[in-house]
Amino acid sequence: MNMQIVMLLGQDGVTNGAVYALLALSIMLVFSVTRILLIPQGEFVAFAALTMAAMQSGRAVQLGWLVFALAVVATLMDAAKVWRSKGREPWPHGTLGLLAVAALALVLTKVLPLDRIGMFAQALLTIALVVPLGPLLYRVFFQAIAAAHSLVLLIVSIAVHVALVGTGLLMFGPEGGKTEPFSDAFFEIGPAMIASQTLWVIAATLALMGGLWVFFGKTLYGRALQATAVNRLGAELVGISPDLAGRASFTLAAAIGVLSGILIAPITTIYYDSGFIISLKGFVGAIIGGLTSFPVAALGALFIGQAEAFSTFWASSYKEVIVFTLLLPVLVWRSLAHTRVEDEE
Amino acid sequence: MTALAPTTPPLLSVRDLSVSYGPIEAVSGISLDVPEGHIATVIGPNGAGKTTLLSALMGILPSRGAITVDGVETSSPTIARMIAAGIALVPEQRALFATMTVEDNLVLGGFRRHRDPHYDADETLRDVYGRFPRLWERHRQLAGTLSGGERQMLALGRALMGKPRLLMLDEPSLGLAPLVVRDVFQIIAELKRTGVSILLVEQNARAALKVADHAYVLELGRVAMEGPAAELADDPRIVAAYLGKTSRHQEMLTA
Ligand SMILES: Nc1ncnc2c1ncn2[C@@H]1O[C@H](COP(=O)(O)OP(=O)(O)OP(=O)(O)O)[C@@H](O)[C@H]1O
Ligand SMILES: [Mg+2]
Repeated sequence: MNMQIVMLLGQDGVTNGAVYALLALSIMLVFSVTRILLIPQGEFVAFAALTMAAMQSGRAVQLGWLVFALAVVATLMDAAKVWRSKGREPWPHGTLGLLAVAALALVLTKVLPLDRIGMFAQALLTIALVVPLGPLLYRVFFQAIAAAHSLVLLIVSIAVHVALVGTGLLMFGPEGGKTEPFSDAFFEIGPAMIASQTLWVIAATLALMGGLWVFFGKTLYGRALQATAVNRLGAELVGISPDLAGRASFTLAAAIGVLSGILIAPITTIYYDSGFIISLKGFVGAIIGGLTSFPVAALGALFIGQAEAFSTFWASSYKEVIVFTLLLPVLVWRSLAHTRVEDEE
Repeated sequence: MTALAPTTPPLLSVRDLSVSYGPIEAVSGISLDVPEGHIATVIGPNGAGKTTLLSALMGILPSRGAITVDGVETSSPTIARMIAAGIALVPEQRALFATMTVEDNLVLGGFRRHRDPHYDADETLRDVYGRFPRLWERHRQLAGTLSGGERQMLALGRALMGKPRLLMLDEPSLGLAPLVVRDVFQIIAELKRTGVSILLVEQNARAALKVADHAYVLELGRVAMEGPAAELADDPRIVAAYLGKTSRHQEMLTA
Protein backbone atom coordinates (compact mmCIF):
# COMPACT_ATOMS: atom_id res chain seq x y z
CA MET A 1 0.00 0.00 0.00
CA ASN A 2 1.75 3.12 -1.17
CA MET A 3 1.23 6.79 -0.49
CA GLN A 4 -0.85 7.23 -3.60
CA ILE A 5 -3.40 4.65 -2.55
CA VAL A 6 -3.57 6.06 0.95
CA MET A 7 -4.31 9.50 -0.49
CA LEU A 8 -6.93 8.07 -2.79
CA LEU A 9 -8.68 6.13 -0.05
CA GLY A 10 -8.39 9.07 2.30
CA GLN A 11 -10.09 11.21 -0.31
CA ASP A 12 -12.96 8.73 -0.59
CA GLY A 13 -13.20 8.63 3.16
CA VAL A 14 -13.40 12.40 3.46
CA THR A 15 -16.10 12.67 0.81
CA ASN A 16 -18.21 9.94 2.36
CA GLY A 17 -17.51 11.20 5.85
CA ALA A 18 -18.61 14.72 4.91
CA VAL A 19 -21.91 13.40 3.64
CA TYR A 20 -22.38 11.24 6.75
CA ALA A 21 -21.67 14.30 8.89
CA LEU A 22 -24.42 16.21 7.09
CA LEU A 23 -26.85 13.35 7.62
CA ALA A 24 -25.83 13.05 11.28
CA LEU A 25 -26.57 16.75 11.71
CA SER A 26 -29.96 16.34 10.10
CA ILE A 27 -30.92 13.31 12.17
CA MET A 28 -29.90 15.08 15.38
CA LEU A 29 -31.82 18.19 14.41
CA VAL A 30 -35.04 16.32 13.72
CA PHE A 31 -34.66 14.18 16.82
CA SER A 32 -34.11 17.08 19.17
CA VAL A 33 -36.98 19.15 17.80
CA THR A 34 -39.56 16.38 17.33
CA ARG A 35 -38.24 13.30 19.23
CA ILE A 36 -38.58 11.42 15.93
CA LEU A 37 -35.66 9.27 14.78
CA LEU A 38 -35.84 10.02 11.09
CA ILE A 39 -35.28 6.58 9.57
CA PRO A 40 -36.46 7.84 6.13
CA GLN A 41 -33.60 10.39 6.08
CA GLY A 42 -31.76 8.18 3.56
CA GLU A 43 -34.72 8.17 1.17
CA PHE A 44 -34.24 11.89 0.57
CA VAL A 45 -30.66 11.08 -0.44
CA ALA A 46 -31.53 8.14 -2.69
CA PHE A 47 -34.56 9.80 -4.29
CA ALA A 48 -32.53 12.91 -5.11
CA ALA A 49 -29.65 10.91 -6.60
CA LEU A 50 -31.97 8.67 -8.62
CA THR A 51 -34.06 11.60 -9.84
CA MET A 52 -30.92 13.35 -11.08
CA ALA A 53 -29.76 10.12 -12.72
CA ALA A 54 -33.14 9.56 -14.38
CA MET A 55 -33.12 13.10 -15.76
CA GLN A 56 -29.63 12.72 -17.19
CA SER A 57 -30.34 9.38 -18.81
CA GLY A 58 -33.57 10.66 -20.33
CA ARG A 59 -35.89 8.38 -18.40
CA ALA A 60 -39.24 9.60 -17.11
CA VAL A 61 -39.19 11.13 -13.62
CA GLN A 62 -42.08 9.77 -11.56
CA LEU A 63 -41.27 11.28 -8.15
CA GLY A 64 -43.51 14.27 -8.89
CA TRP A 65 -46.59 12.03 -8.66
CA LEU A 66 -45.72 10.88 -5.14
CA VAL A 67 -45.05 14.42 -3.93
CA PHE A 68 -48.22 15.73 -5.55
CA ALA A 69 -50.31 12.91 -4.06
CA LEU A 70 -48.92 13.61 -0.58
CA ALA A 71 -49.60 17.31 -1.02
CA VAL A 72 -53.22 16.57 -1.93
CA VAL A 73 -53.60 14.33 1.12
CA ALA A 74 -52.01 16.96 3.37
CA THR A 75 -54.35 19.64 2.00
CA LEU A 76 -57.37 17.40 2.62
CA MET A 77 -56.16 16.75 6.18
CA ASP A 78 -55.86 20.49 6.80
CA ALA A 79 -59.30 21.06 5.32
CA ALA A 80 -60.79 18.36 7.55
CA LYS A 81 -59.17 19.94 10.58
CA VAL A 82 -60.52 23.40 9.79
CA TRP A 83 -63.95 21.95 9.06
CA ARG A 84 -64.06 19.95 12.29
CA SER A 85 -63.19 23.04 14.32
CA LYS A 86 -66.20 24.75 12.66
CA GLY A 87 -64.00 27.46 11.21
CA ARG A 88 -62.57 28.55 14.56
CA GLU A 89 -59.21 27.09 13.71
CA PRO A 90 -57.41 29.25 11.13
CA TRP A 91 -56.44 27.69 7.81
CA PRO A 92 -52.84 26.58 8.37
CA HIS A 93 -50.57 28.34 5.95
CA GLY A 94 -47.87 26.33 4.26
CA THR A 95 -49.65 23.28 2.90
CA LEU A 96 -51.23 25.17 0.01
CA GLY A 97 -47.81 26.52 -0.92
CA LEU A 98 -46.45 22.98 -0.91
CA LEU A 99 -49.33 21.85 -3.12
CA ALA A 100 -48.48 24.61 -5.60
CA VAL A 101 -44.77 23.73 -5.62
CA ALA A 102 -45.57 20.02 -6.02
CA ALA A 103 -47.96 20.69 -8.91
CA LEU A 104 -45.47 22.97 -10.64
CA ALA A 105 -42.58 20.52 -10.22
CA LEU A 106 -44.76 17.68 -11.51
CA VAL A 107 -45.71 19.65 -14.62
CA LEU A 108 -42.12 20.70 -15.24
CA THR A 109 -40.86 17.11 -15.06
CA LYS A 110 -43.44 16.17 -17.69
CA VAL A 111 -42.94 19.03 -20.18
CA LEU A 112 -39.23 19.88 -20.00
CA PRO A 113 -36.62 18.02 -22.07
CA LEU A 114 -34.93 16.98 -18.82
CA ASP A 115 -31.74 15.54 -20.31
CA ARG A 116 -30.95 18.78 -22.12
CA ILE A 117 -31.64 21.47 -19.51
CA GLY A 118 -28.19 21.32 -17.95
CA MET A 119 -26.93 20.07 -14.63
CA PHE A 120 -27.76 23.20 -12.68
CA ALA A 121 -31.41 23.21 -13.76
CA GLN A 122 -31.63 19.48 -13.12
CA ALA A 123 -30.35 20.02 -9.60
CA LEU A 124 -32.83 22.84 -8.97
CA LEU A 125 -35.72 20.73 -10.21
CA THR A 126 -34.58 17.83 -8.02
CA ILE A 127 -34.55 20.16 -5.03
CA ALA A 128 -38.04 21.39 -5.87
CA LEU A 129 -39.23 17.78 -6.09
CA VAL A 130 -37.65 16.29 -2.99
CA VAL A 131 -37.59 19.11 -0.42
CA PRO A 132 -41.43 19.35 -0.17
CA LEU A 133 -41.40 15.65 0.67
CA GLY A 134 -39.98 16.55 4.12
CA PRO A 135 -42.76 18.81 5.43
CA LEU A 136 -45.39 16.69 3.68
CA LEU A 137 -44.24 13.51 5.42
CA TYR A 138 -44.38 15.37 8.72
CA ARG A 139 -47.86 16.71 8.03
CA VAL A 140 -49.34 13.44 6.83
CA PHE A 141 -47.71 10.91 9.14
CA PHE A 142 -46.41 12.66 12.24
CA GLN A 143 -48.21 15.89 13.06
CA ALA A 144 -51.29 14.25 14.54
CA ILE A 145 -49.21 11.97 16.78
CA ALA A 146 -46.52 14.50 17.68
CA ALA A 147 -47.24 14.09 21.41
CA ALA A 148 -47.20 10.29 21.34
CA HIS A 149 -44.63 8.11 23.10
CA SER A 150 -41.28 8.16 21.31
CA LEU A 151 -41.56 4.43 20.67
CA VAL A 152 -44.75 5.06 18.67
CA LEU A 153 -42.93 7.76 16.73
CA LEU A 154 -40.09 5.33 16.00
CA ILE A 155 -42.49 2.66 14.74
CA VAL A 156 -44.23 5.11 12.43
CA SER A 157 -40.85 6.34 11.27
CA ILE A 158 -39.82 2.80 10.32
CA ALA A 159 -43.16 2.23 8.59
CA VAL A 160 -42.74 5.41 6.54
CA HIS A 161 -39.24 4.30 5.59
CA VAL A 162 -40.43 0.88 4.42
CA ALA A 163 -43.29 2.41 2.44
CA LEU A 164 -40.95 4.91 0.80
CA VAL A 165 -38.45 2.22 -0.20
CA GLY A 166 -41.32 0.28 -1.79
CA THR A 167 -42.50 3.35 -3.67
CA GLY A 168 -38.90 3.97 -4.63
CA LEU A 169 -38.73 0.60 -6.36
CA LEU A 170 -41.93 1.46 -8.25
CA MET A 171 -40.69 4.89 -9.28
CA PHE A 172 -37.06 4.19 -10.12
CA GLY A 173 -36.95 0.47 -10.81
CA PRO A 174 -34.30 -1.93 -9.52
CA GLU A 175 -31.41 -0.51 -11.56
CA GLY A 176 -28.88 1.74 -9.94
CA GLY A 177 -28.16 5.27 -11.05
CA LYS A 178 -25.08 7.41 -11.26
CA THR A 179 -24.74 10.99 -12.50
CA GLU A 180 -22.14 13.03 -14.34
CA PRO A 181 -19.53 14.68 -12.11
CA PHE A 182 -19.95 18.43 -11.70
CA SER A 183 -16.65 18.87 -13.50
CA ASP A 184 -13.97 16.47 -14.76
CA ALA A 185 -10.98 18.42 -13.54
CA PHE A 186 -8.29 16.80 -11.37
CA PHE A 187 -5.73 18.58 -9.26
CA GLU A 188 -2.30 17.22 -8.56
CA ILE A 189 -1.17 17.72 -5.00
CA GLY A 190 2.13 16.02 -4.28
CA PRO A 191 1.84 12.39 -5.28
CA ALA A 192 -1.96 12.39 -5.32
CA MET A 193 -4.66 13.36 -7.71
CA ILE A 194 -7.58 15.16 -6.10
CA ALA A 195 -10.84 14.81 -8.00
CA SER A 196 -12.67 18.10 -8.26
CA GLN A 197 -15.82 16.29 -7.13
CA THR A 198 -14.13 15.73 -3.76
CA LEU A 199 -13.55 19.45 -3.47
CA TRP A 200 -17.17 20.11 -4.42
CA VAL A 201 -18.39 17.81 -1.69
CA ILE A 202 -16.14 19.37 0.93
CA ALA A 203 -16.97 22.92 -0.12
CA ALA A 204 -20.71 22.26 -0.23
CA THR A 205 -20.64 20.51 3.13
CA LEU A 206 -18.75 23.37 4.77
CA ALA A 207 -21.04 25.94 3.16
CA LEU A 208 -24.14 24.10 4.33
CA MET A 209 -22.81 23.74 7.87
CA GLY A 210 -21.87 27.42 7.93
CA GLY A 211 -25.35 28.29 6.72
CA LEU A 212 -26.96 26.17 9.40
CA TRP A 213 -24.69 27.66 12.04
CA VAL A 214 -25.79 31.16 11.04
CA PHE A 215 -29.43 30.04 10.90
CA PHE A 216 -29.40 28.53 14.38
CA GLY A 217 -27.13 31.06 16.00
CA LYS A 218 -28.28 34.32 14.50
CA THR A 219 -31.86 34.19 13.27
CA LEU A 220 -35.10 34.29 15.26
CA TYR A 221 -36.50 31.23 13.49
CA GLY A 222 -33.33 29.27 14.10
CA ARG A 223 -33.47 30.13 17.78
CA ALA A 224 -37.14 29.21 17.83
CA LEU A 225 -36.33 25.72 16.49
CA GLN A 226 -33.55 25.37 19.04
CA ALA A 227 -35.95 26.48 21.79
CA THR A 228 -38.44 23.79 20.78
CA ALA A 229 -35.68 21.24 21.12
CA VAL A 230 -34.69 22.54 24.57
CA ASN A 231 -38.12 22.99 26.14
CA ARG A 232 -41.28 22.10 24.26
CA LEU A 233 -43.71 23.66 26.74
CA GLY A 234 -41.64 26.84 27.00
CA ALA A 235 -41.54 27.12 23.23
CA GLU A 236 -45.27 26.69 22.95
CA LEU A 237 -45.86 29.29 25.66
CA VAL A 238 -43.87 31.94 23.77
CA GLY A 239 -45.91 31.22 20.66
CA ILE A 240 -43.71 28.83 18.69
CA SER A 241 -46.09 26.38 17.06
CA PRO A 242 -44.89 22.79 17.50
CA ASP A 243 -46.49 21.86 14.16
CA LEU A 244 -44.49 24.54 12.42
CA ALA A 245 -41.28 23.57 14.21
CA GLY A 246 -41.83 19.94 13.18
CA ARG A 247 -42.36 20.86 9.55
CA ALA A 248 -39.40 23.22 9.56
CA SER A 249 -37.08 20.54 10.92
CA PHE A 250 -38.34 18.04 8.34
CA THR A 251 -37.84 20.63 5.60
CA LEU A 252 -34.24 21.12 6.68
CA ALA A 253 -33.76 17.36 6.86
CA ALA A 254 -35.08 16.93 3.33
CA ALA A 255 -32.92 19.80 2.07
CA ILE A 256 -29.80 18.30 3.65
CA GLY A 257 -30.74 14.89 2.22
CA VAL A 258 -31.22 16.26 -1.29
CA LEU A 259 -27.91 18.08 -1.27
CA SER A 260 -26.15 14.97 0.00
CA GLY A 261 -27.80 12.95 -2.74
CA ILE A 262 -26.78 15.38 -5.46
CA LEU A 263 -23.23 15.47 -4.09
CA ILE A 264 -22.64 11.72 -3.92
CA ALA A 265 -24.60 10.73 -7.03
CA PRO A 266 -21.53 11.21 -9.29
CA ILE A 267 -19.32 9.18 -6.91
CA THR A 268 -21.42 6.18 -5.92
CA THR A 269 -24.03 4.14 -7.70
CA ILE A 270 -27.27 4.59 -5.80
CA TYR A 271 -30.16 2.11 -5.80
CA TYR A 272 -33.73 2.66 -4.64
CA ASP A 273 -32.86 1.15 -1.26
CA SER A 274 -29.37 2.61 -0.81
CA GLY A 275 -30.63 5.42 1.38
CA PHE A 276 -30.94 3.33 4.50
CA ILE A 277 -27.34 2.14 4.74
CA ILE A 278 -26.08 5.66 3.96
CA SER A 279 -28.22 7.32 6.60
CA LEU A 280 -27.40 4.51 9.02
CA LYS A 281 -23.80 5.66 8.91
CA GLY A 282 -24.90 9.22 9.53
CA PHE A 283 -27.03 7.91 12.35
CA VAL A 284 -24.07 6.12 13.87
CA GLY A 285 -22.17 9.40 13.75
CA ALA A 286 -25.10 11.02 15.55
CA ILE A 287 -25.01 8.27 18.19
CA ILE A 288 -21.30 8.86 18.72
CA GLY A 289 -22.25 12.47 19.39
CA GLY A 290 -24.86 11.24 21.86
CA LEU A 291 -27.57 12.75 19.62
CA THR A 292 -26.69 16.13 21.13
CA SER A 293 -23.11 17.14 20.42
CA PHE A 294 -22.73 18.02 16.77
CA PRO A 295 -18.93 18.46 16.66
CA VAL A 296 -18.44 14.99 18.16
CA ALA A 297 -20.98 13.56 15.71
CA ALA A 298 -19.17 15.19 12.78
CA LEU A 299 -15.86 13.70 13.89
CA GLY A 300 -17.55 10.34 14.31
CA ALA A 301 -19.00 10.59 10.81
CA LEU A 302 -15.58 11.42 9.34
CA PHE A 303 -14.09 8.47 11.19
CA ILE A 304 -16.75 6.18 9.74
CA GLY A 305 -16.05 7.53 6.27
CA GLN A 306 -12.35 6.68 6.66
CA ALA A 307 -12.99 3.26 8.18
CA GLU A 308 -15.30 2.50 5.30
CA ALA A 309 -12.85 3.64 2.62
CA PHE A 310 -9.94 1.63 4.00
CA SER A 311 -11.94 -1.51 4.68
CA THR A 312 -13.18 -1.35 1.08
CA PHE A 313 -9.56 -1.68 0.05
CA TRP A 314 -8.59 -4.48 2.42
CA ALA A 315 -11.73 -6.58 2.51
CA SER A 316 -14.34 -5.06 0.34
CA SER A 317 -17.04 -7.67 0.92
CA TYR A 318 -16.75 -7.21 4.67
CA LYS A 319 -16.93 -3.42 4.37
CA GLU A 320 -20.17 -2.86 6.28
CA VAL A 321 -19.34 -5.51 8.87
CA ILE A 322 -16.02 -3.87 9.62
CA VAL A 323 -17.53 -0.39 9.79
CA PHE A 324 -20.29 -1.35 12.18
CA THR A 325 -18.05 -3.60 14.28
CA LEU A 326 -15.65 -0.72 14.85
CA LEU A 327 -18.52 1.03 16.51
CA LEU A 328 -18.94 -1.44 19.33
CA PRO A 329 -16.03 -0.10 21.39
CA VAL A 330 -17.25 3.44 20.77
CA LEU A 331 -20.73 2.58 21.99
CA VAL A 332 -19.38 0.79 25.06
CA TRP A 333 -17.22 3.80 25.84
CA ARG A 334 -20.17 6.14 25.38
CA SER A 335 -22.47 4.16 27.58
CA LEU A 336 -19.81 4.06 30.33
CA ALA A 337 -19.19 7.78 29.99
CA HIS A 338 -22.92 8.37 30.13
CA THR A 339 -23.42 6.43 33.38
CA ARG A 340 -20.66 8.41 34.97
CA VAL A 341 -22.36 11.69 34.08
CA GLU A 342 -25.61 10.45 35.56
CA ASP A 343 -23.89 9.46 38.77
CA GLU A 344 -22.48 12.93 39.13
CA GLU A 345 -25.88 14.57 38.89
CA MET B 1 -54.63 51.19 28.19
CA THR B 2 -58.41 51.45 27.76
CA ALA B 3 -60.69 53.05 30.29
CA LEU B 4 -62.76 50.63 32.27
CA ALA B 5 -66.35 51.24 31.29
CA PRO B 6 -68.94 49.48 33.44
CA THR B 7 -70.33 47.71 30.38
CA THR B 8 -66.96 46.26 29.37
CA PRO B 9 -67.02 42.50 29.79
CA PRO B 10 -64.20 41.14 31.92
CA LEU B 11 -61.01 40.39 30.02
CA LEU B 12 -61.15 36.80 31.22
CA SER B 13 -64.28 35.13 32.45
CA VAL B 14 -64.50 31.49 33.46
CA ARG B 15 -67.75 29.61 34.06
CA ASP B 16 -68.13 26.18 35.56
CA LEU B 17 -64.68 24.96 34.60
CA SER B 18 -63.74 21.37 35.41
CA VAL B 19 -60.50 19.52 34.74
CA SER B 20 -59.87 15.82 35.25
CA TYR B 21 -56.77 13.66 35.34
CA GLY B 22 -58.27 10.39 34.19
CA PRO B 23 -61.02 9.54 36.70
CA ILE B 24 -59.85 12.13 39.25
CA GLU B 25 -61.37 15.57 39.05
CA ALA B 26 -58.74 18.10 40.17
CA VAL B 27 -60.80 21.22 39.39
CA SER B 28 -64.58 21.11 39.79
CA GLY B 29 -66.93 23.77 38.50
CA ILE B 30 -64.82 26.87 39.08
CA SER B 31 -66.08 30.29 38.02
CA LEU B 32 -63.97 33.42 38.15
CA ASP B 33 -63.47 36.80 36.47
CA VAL B 34 -60.48 38.99 35.78
CA PRO B 35 -61.61 42.50 34.76
CA GLU B 36 -59.30 44.54 32.56
CA GLY B 37 -56.54 46.20 34.57
CA HIS B 38 -57.28 44.22 37.73
CA ILE B 39 -55.31 41.73 39.75
CA ALA B 40 -57.17 38.60 40.80
CA THR B 41 -55.47 36.15 43.08
CA VAL B 42 -56.09 32.47 43.71
CA ILE B 43 -54.83 31.12 47.02
CA GLY B 44 -55.22 27.70 48.54
CA PRO B 45 -53.36 24.77 50.08
CA ASN B 46 -51.03 22.42 48.18
CA GLY B 47 -52.89 20.18 45.79
CA ALA B 48 -55.97 22.43 45.72
CA GLY B 49 -55.83 22.57 41.92
CA LYS B 50 -54.33 26.03 41.36
CA THR B 51 -51.70 24.92 38.86
CA THR B 52 -54.26 22.70 37.15
CA LEU B 53 -56.59 25.69 36.82
CA LEU B 54 -53.93 27.87 35.18
CA SER B 55 -52.88 25.05 32.83
CA ALA B 56 -56.46 24.61 31.69
CA LEU B 57 -56.91 28.37 31.21
CA MET B 58 -53.77 28.48 29.06
CA GLY B 59 -54.96 25.55 26.96
CA ILE B 60 -52.26 23.16 28.14
CA LEU B 61 -54.84 20.79 29.66
CA PRO B 62 -58.25 19.99 28.15
CA SER B 63 -61.17 21.21 30.24
CA ARG B 64 -64.96 21.37 30.37
CA GLY B 65 -66.83 24.63 30.84
CA ALA B 66 -66.72 28.05 29.25
CA ILE B 67 -63.65 30.28 29.00
CA THR B 68 -64.49 33.72 27.68
CA VAL B 69 -61.80 36.16 26.54
CA ASP B 70 -62.92 39.66 25.50
CA GLY B 71 -66.48 38.41 25.24
CA VAL B 72 -65.54 35.58 22.88
CA GLU B 73 -66.44 32.23 24.37
CA THR B 74 -64.46 29.06 23.83
CA SER B 75 -64.37 25.70 25.45
CA SER B 76 -61.07 23.91 25.96
CA PRO B 77 -58.98 26.45 24.02
CA THR B 78 -55.60 25.73 22.44
CA ILE B 79 -52.41 27.40 23.62
CA ALA B 80 -52.14 29.21 20.29
CA ARG B 81 -55.61 30.70 20.74
CA MET B 82 -54.87 32.00 24.24
CA ILE B 83 -51.57 33.47 23.05
CA ALA B 84 -53.33 35.17 20.17
CA ALA B 85 -55.75 36.68 22.72
CA GLY B 86 -52.77 38.24 24.52
CA ILE B 87 -52.58 35.87 27.46
CA ALA B 88 -49.26 34.71 28.90
CA LEU B 89 -48.49 32.12 31.55
CA VAL B 90 -45.43 31.84 33.75
CA PRO B 91 -45.81 28.16 34.61
CA GLU B 92 -44.93 26.59 37.93
CA GLN B 93 -41.88 24.82 36.45
CA ARG B 94 -40.86 28.01 34.53
CA ALA B 95 -40.05 26.10 31.31
CA LEU B 96 -36.99 28.21 30.50
CA PHE B 97 -34.65 27.39 27.60
CA ALA B 98 -31.91 26.13 29.90
CA THR B 99 -29.12 25.71 27.35
CA MET B 100 -29.70 29.09 25.75
CA THR B 101 -28.55 32.49 26.98
CA VAL B 102 -30.63 34.83 29.08
CA GLU B 103 -30.88 37.20 26.14
CA ASP B 104 -32.00 34.46 23.73
CA ASN B 105 -34.68 33.45 26.23
CA LEU B 106 -35.93 37.02 26.39
CA VAL B 107 -35.81 37.56 22.63
CA LEU B 108 -37.83 34.38 22.14
CA GLY B 109 -40.34 35.71 24.66
CA GLY B 110 -41.24 38.24 21.95
CA PHE B 111 -41.71 35.52 19.32
CA ARG B 112 -45.49 35.68 19.57
CA ARG B 113 -45.32 39.29 18.36
CA HIS B 114 -42.60 38.90 15.72
CA ARG B 115 -45.03 39.57 12.88
CA ASP B 116 -46.65 42.52 14.63
CA PRO B 117 -45.49 45.73 12.89
CA HIS B 118 -46.10 47.78 16.05
CA TYR B 119 -43.86 45.55 18.13
CA ASP B 120 -40.37 46.87 18.79
CA ALA B 121 -38.30 43.97 20.12
CA ASP B 122 -35.25 46.05 21.05
CA GLU B 123 -37.27 48.59 22.96
CA THR B 124 -39.18 45.89 24.83
CA LEU B 125 -35.89 44.21 25.64
CA ARG B 126 -34.53 47.47 27.07
CA ASP B 127 -37.70 47.83 29.16
CA VAL B 128 -37.30 44.36 30.61
CA TYR B 129 -33.61 44.92 31.35
CA GLY B 130 -34.60 48.19 33.02
CA ARG B 131 -37.04 46.32 35.22
CA PHE B 132 -34.59 43.50 35.96
CA PRO B 133 -31.05 44.96 35.96
CA ARG B 134 -29.82 41.58 37.19
CA LEU B 135 -30.82 40.00 33.89
CA TRP B 136 -28.81 42.60 31.97
CA GLU B 137 -25.75 41.81 34.09
CA ARG B 138 -26.16 38.14 33.16
CA HIS B 139 -27.47 38.47 29.63
CA ARG B 140 -24.81 36.19 28.15
CA GLN B 141 -25.13 33.52 30.82
CA LEU B 142 -26.98 30.28 30.10
CA ALA B 143 -30.44 30.24 31.64
CA GLY B 144 -29.79 26.84 33.23
CA THR B 145 -26.92 28.28 35.29
CA LEU B 146 -28.96 31.06 36.90
CA SER B 147 -29.84 31.07 40.58
CA GLY B 148 -33.40 30.23 41.57
CA GLY B 149 -34.34 33.87 42.01
CA GLU B 150 -32.74 34.92 38.75
CA ARG B 151 -34.67 32.17 37.00
CA GLN B 152 -37.94 33.57 38.35
CA MET B 153 -36.97 36.99 37.04
CA LEU B 154 -36.12 35.52 33.67
CA ALA B 155 -39.42 33.65 33.50
CA LEU B 156 -41.29 36.84 34.31
CA GLY B 157 -39.15 38.87 31.92
CA ARG B 158 -39.68 36.37 29.10
CA ALA B 159 -43.45 36.58 29.58
CA LEU B 160 -43.30 40.39 29.58
CA MET B 161 -41.36 40.38 26.30
CA GLY B 162 -44.57 39.24 24.61
CA LYS B 163 -46.43 42.33 25.95
CA PRO B 164 -49.35 40.31 27.32
CA ARG B 165 -52.69 41.86 28.24
CA LEU B 166 -53.30 39.21 30.87
CA LEU B 167 -50.42 37.67 32.76
CA MET B 168 -51.03 34.45 34.68
CA LEU B 169 -48.38 33.82 37.32
CA ASP B 170 -47.98 30.51 39.14
CA GLU B 171 -46.31 31.23 42.50
CA PRO B 172 -43.89 33.93 41.35
CA SER B 173 -42.42 34.21 44.87
CA LEU B 174 -41.66 30.50 45.19
CA GLY B 175 -38.31 29.95 46.86
CA LEU B 176 -37.25 33.58 46.93
CA ALA B 177 -35.54 35.44 49.75
CA PRO B 178 -37.94 37.78 51.63
CA LEU B 179 -36.37 40.91 50.14
CA VAL B 180 -36.72 39.56 46.63
CA VAL B 181 -40.32 38.55 47.33
CA ARG B 182 -41.00 42.19 48.13
CA ASP B 183 -39.45 43.18 44.79
CA VAL B 184 -41.58 40.68 42.91
CA PHE B 185 -44.81 41.98 44.41
CA GLN B 186 -43.68 45.52 43.71
CA ILE B 187 -43.21 44.57 40.07
CA ILE B 188 -46.68 43.02 39.98
CA ALA B 189 -48.18 46.23 41.35
CA GLU B 190 -46.27 48.27 38.77
CA LEU B 191 -47.44 46.04 35.95
CA LYS B 192 -51.01 46.66 36.98
CA ARG B 193 -50.36 50.40 36.76
CA THR B 194 -49.18 49.95 33.16
CA GLY B 195 -52.52 48.33 32.35
CA VAL B 196 -51.64 44.64 32.45
CA SER B 197 -54.28 42.41 34.03
CA ILE B 198 -52.97 39.70 36.30
CA LEU B 199 -54.18 36.35 37.57
CA LEU B 200 -51.91 35.49 40.46
CA VAL B 201 -51.60 32.09 42.10
CA GLU B 202 -49.71 32.36 45.37
CA GLN B 203 -48.82 30.54 48.55
CA ASN B 204 -47.78 33.83 50.12
CA ALA B 205 -51.38 34.77 50.90
CA ARG B 206 -50.55 37.88 52.88
CA ALA B 207 -48.63 39.54 50.06
CA ALA B 208 -51.07 38.29 47.41
CA LEU B 209 -54.12 39.68 49.22
CA LYS B 210 -52.34 42.99 49.67
CA VAL B 211 -51.60 43.48 45.99
CA ALA B 212 -54.80 41.96 44.54
CA ASP B 213 -58.21 43.52 43.90
CA HIS B 214 -60.19 40.32 44.12
CA ALA B 215 -59.39 36.96 45.64
CA TYR B 216 -60.51 33.37 45.33
CA VAL B 217 -59.74 30.67 47.88
CA LEU B 218 -59.43 27.26 46.27
CA GLU B 219 -59.86 24.11 48.30
CA LEU B 220 -60.05 20.58 46.88
CA GLY B 221 -60.68 21.93 43.40
CA ARG B 222 -63.58 24.21 44.36
CA VAL B 223 -63.89 27.89 45.16
CA ALA B 224 -64.38 27.81 48.93
CA MET B 225 -64.51 31.59 49.37
CA GLU B 226 -64.26 34.66 47.22
CA GLY B 227 -64.52 38.41 47.55
CA PRO B 228 -62.61 41.69 47.41
CA ALA B 229 -59.05 41.01 48.53
CA ALA B 230 -59.17 43.57 51.35
CA GLU B 231 -62.27 41.93 52.82
CA LEU B 232 -60.85 38.45 52.65
CA ALA B 233 -57.67 39.66 54.33
CA ASP B 234 -59.82 40.60 57.37
CA ASP B 235 -61.97 37.48 57.34
CA PRO B 236 -61.26 35.54 60.54
CA ARG B 237 -61.28 32.18 58.72
CA ILE B 238 -58.69 33.39 56.26
CA VAL B 239 -56.62 34.95 59.00
CA ALA B 240 -56.66 31.71 60.94
CA ALA B 241 -55.97 29.52 57.95
CA TYR B 242 -53.63 31.53 55.75
CA LEU B 243 -52.42 34.60 57.59
CA GLY B 244 -51.70 33.23 61.06
CA LYS B 245 -48.38 33.98 62.70
CA THR B 246 -46.86 30.87 61.11
CA SER B 247 -48.37 31.72 57.77
CA ARG B 248 -45.41 30.25 55.89
CA HIS B 249 -47.10 26.87 56.00
CA GLN B 250 -50.67 26.65 54.98
CA GLU B 251 -50.76 22.88 54.75
CA MET B 252 -51.88 22.48 58.35
CA LEU B 253 -55.11 24.12 57.41
CA THR B 254 -57.00 21.41 55.64
CA ALA B 255 -59.02 20.55 58.76
N1 LIG C 1 -50.65 14.81 35.82
C1 LIG C 1 -51.42 14.51 36.89
N2 LIG C 1 -52.00 13.31 37.01
C2 LIG C 1 -52.79 13.01 38.08
N3 LIG C 1 -53.04 13.87 39.07
C3 LIG C 1 -52.48 15.09 39.02
C4 LIG C 1 -51.64 15.48 37.93
N4 LIG C 1 -51.23 16.75 38.14
C5 LIG C 1 -51.78 17.11 39.31
N5 LIG C 1 -52.53 16.13 39.84
C6 LIG C 1 -53.29 16.19 41.10
O1 LIG C 1 -54.25 17.22 40.99
C7 LIG C 1 -54.36 17.92 42.21
C8 LIG C 1 -54.14 19.41 41.99
O2 LIG C 1 -52.77 19.63 41.62
P1 LIG C 1 -52.21 21.09 41.36
O3 LIG C 1 -50.83 20.95 40.87
O4 LIG C 1 -53.16 21.81 40.50
O5 LIG C 1 -52.22 21.70 42.83
P2 LIG C 1 -51.73 23.14 43.30
O6 LIG C 1 -52.90 23.79 43.90
O7 LIG C 1 -51.04 23.85 42.22
O8 LIG C 1 -50.71 22.72 44.44
P3 LIG C 1 -49.34 23.45 44.90
O9 LIG C 1 -49.72 24.57 45.78
O10 LIG C 1 -48.64 22.37 45.64
O11 LIG C 1 -48.61 23.85 43.66
C9 LIG C 1 -53.34 17.29 43.15
O12 LIG C 1 -54.02 16.41 44.00
C10 LIG C 1 -52.40 16.55 42.25
O13 LIG C 1 -51.88 15.40 42.88
MG1 LIG D 1 -49.12 24.47 41.92
